[in-house]
Amino acid sequence: MHYFFKTSYKHDLRVARHRGDIFWYSLLTLVLLVLPMMAGEFYVGELAGVFVFAIAGVGLMLLIGYTGLVSLGHAAFLGIGAYTNAVLLARGVPFVLSLPAAGVLSALAGIAIGVPTLRMTGLYLAIATLAFGGIMSNVFSKWTSVTGGFDGFAVQTPTILGLKLEGVFGTYYAALLVLVFVLWVMANLLRSPLGRALVAIRDSEISAQSMGINLAMYKSIAFAISAGITGLAGAMFAHYVRYLAPDAFDILLSIQFVTIVFVGGLGSLHGAIFGAIFVRLLPQAIAIVRDDLPFGIGRLPGLEPALFGLILVLFILFEPGGIYGRWLKLKAYFMNFPLYKASTFKRQKAYTKTERLR
Amino acid sequence: MKAPPEGSYAGNVFEAQQIAIRFGGIRAVDNVSFDVRPGEVFCIIGPNGAGKTTIFNLISRIYPPSEGKLMFMGQDITEIAPHKIAGLGIARTFQNIELFANASVLQNLLIGRHCHANVGIFSQLAFLPNVRRAEIAHREKVEDVIEFLELQRYRDTLIANLPYGVRKIVELGRALCTEPKLLLLDEPSSGLNVEETEVMGFWIDDIKKDLGISIIMVEHDMSLVNSVADRVLALNYGKVLASGTAAEVQADPEVIRAYLGGDA
Repeated sequence: MHYFFKTSYKHDLRVARHRGDIFWYSLLTLVLLVLPMMAGEFYVGELAGVFVFAIAGVGLMLLIGYTGLVSLGHAAFLGIGAYTNAVLLARGVPFVLSLPAAGVLSALAGIAIGVPTLRMTGLYLAIATLAFGGIMSNVFSKWTSVTGGFDGFAVQTPTILGLKLEGVFGTYYAALLVLVFVLWVMANLLRSPLGRALVAIRDSEISAQSMGINLAMYKSIAFAISAGITGLAGAMFAHYVRYLAPDAFDILLSIQFVTIVFVGGLGSLHGAIFGAIFVRLLPQAIAIVRDDLPFGIGRLPGLEPALFGLILVLFILFEPGGIYGRWLKLKAYFMNFPLYKASTFKRQKAYTKTERLR
Repeated sequence: MKAPPEGSYAGNVFEAQQIAIRFGGIRAVDNVSFDVRPGEVFCIIGPNGAGKTTIFNLISRIYPPSEGKLMFMGQDITEIAPHKIAGLGIARTFQNIELFANASVLQNLLIGRHCHANVGIFSQLAFLPNVRRAEIAHREKVEDVIEFLELQRYRDTLIANLPYGVRKIVELGRALCTEPKLLLLDEPSSGLNVEETEVMGFWIDDIKKDLGISIIMVEHDMSLVNSVADRVLALNYGKVLASGTAAEVQADPEVIRAYLGGDA
């Protein structure tokens, strides 16, 4: 078995656990940086889409995976970010200001939905956020003076320091940069008291409170940061689709985000990335095999959402750890070969928790 | 770990003054008064449903008392928000263990340091040097507790993979990480076997003698009560039956009647 010996407190605070981490993540960054020079425009565009969804997935992961609050309305935050960015750009605000503005406005919207739902958990919170998503998609389509209504409007090409971020390549690099920034912020959050407080709230509200954690404040902060990150994703989404129309931000998009979190693996940043790759590539995979499917299955309407739902259910039933959990098991299998035991990852039976305070 | 320096405050650590709480028509705690002296183990006993845990939930402000006052170190805490209780110096454990199951022992203990965390949200998001310094200071304090309770070998183990007895000690450690002046232990021996209960008794004794922390403890196991308690309060149906030393309370006819029935 592999064990990382920590020899100082500083060691425990590092983001990279050991030299292998540094090597592989540097290599990955390098590959992603030079890839657009070799791959075709289609693949670069698809990857940019994966980045945008990964940013949103990381945002939702903070809320669902780390704080234990389920939101079915994150498409609304994505929409707020997208419209803020696009509308500000159209009014002549530079991109370096419109991008943070998209994050900040979404974060404020997050607080606006987070505060009234403080006492809600589980299904009730999901319904409340679902309603919020419905309200916002109506706002996007009815507030024609700002959003252009159902006609929508074209998003301007952003400029940074005189450099025009044109086409899919511009979006690719901008989205990659935002994704790396968001991951850095999340890594910091998770190793500081704030991240521990959120995990504490997820695992036991009652004891989190008795350890001095202000539940109302920290839940609002979680909502704000999660919505803010999703808003940044929205800003990049606007450039990715290049033409904003309100029908993009519907319940299906929210469910895709939830799928990212659950299929990727709850409570891990890797999971958000894996989930985003999965969710973006599945429609492509369906498109490839669609014509070859027997009995006209490929021509059935609603095939894609049905498959998303089915896969989500199968993952929740058979692999609650998601793709990342499966990856950890695979890694353990090869690292311990031939001594791997299936019971390594089996959790002990949970002991009864006190219920009188719930 | 070192005992906290003696403050200028010399009175009782904690006083409950005629506290009562009603749930609808039920008076779960009715006109109960007691005080806890510095460096004392104060034990609350009573049959099931006597209101012992309810008193704990009143002290940690999860329930607001219907009547009466709670005084801690001479300060009225009856109206203080529940999350501020830990910062004042009152820490608690739970009857059925309320640890953060998907985190390691170290992370659980670090959450005990939360009430001493005072760095801003934005410096945390950027992990500025002041956050790093504060984190290292927290880890040093946590290591003191790990050493005190001999938890070294479990430091990086997930709570979900620990046996029940060790979890009890970790929960005790998490409470100690808040550097409390008053420790509330809700049935520290529940779920433990005879040997583990005895070990728990030694830890409680160490906390009292080495760290000088006052303890209020709810307990059913009379062997543990006899070995650690300085004074005992017996409750039934929310009312005080008797108080005094463990031997006095156990000899009280009212207490015997509450436990055994009849007109003893």
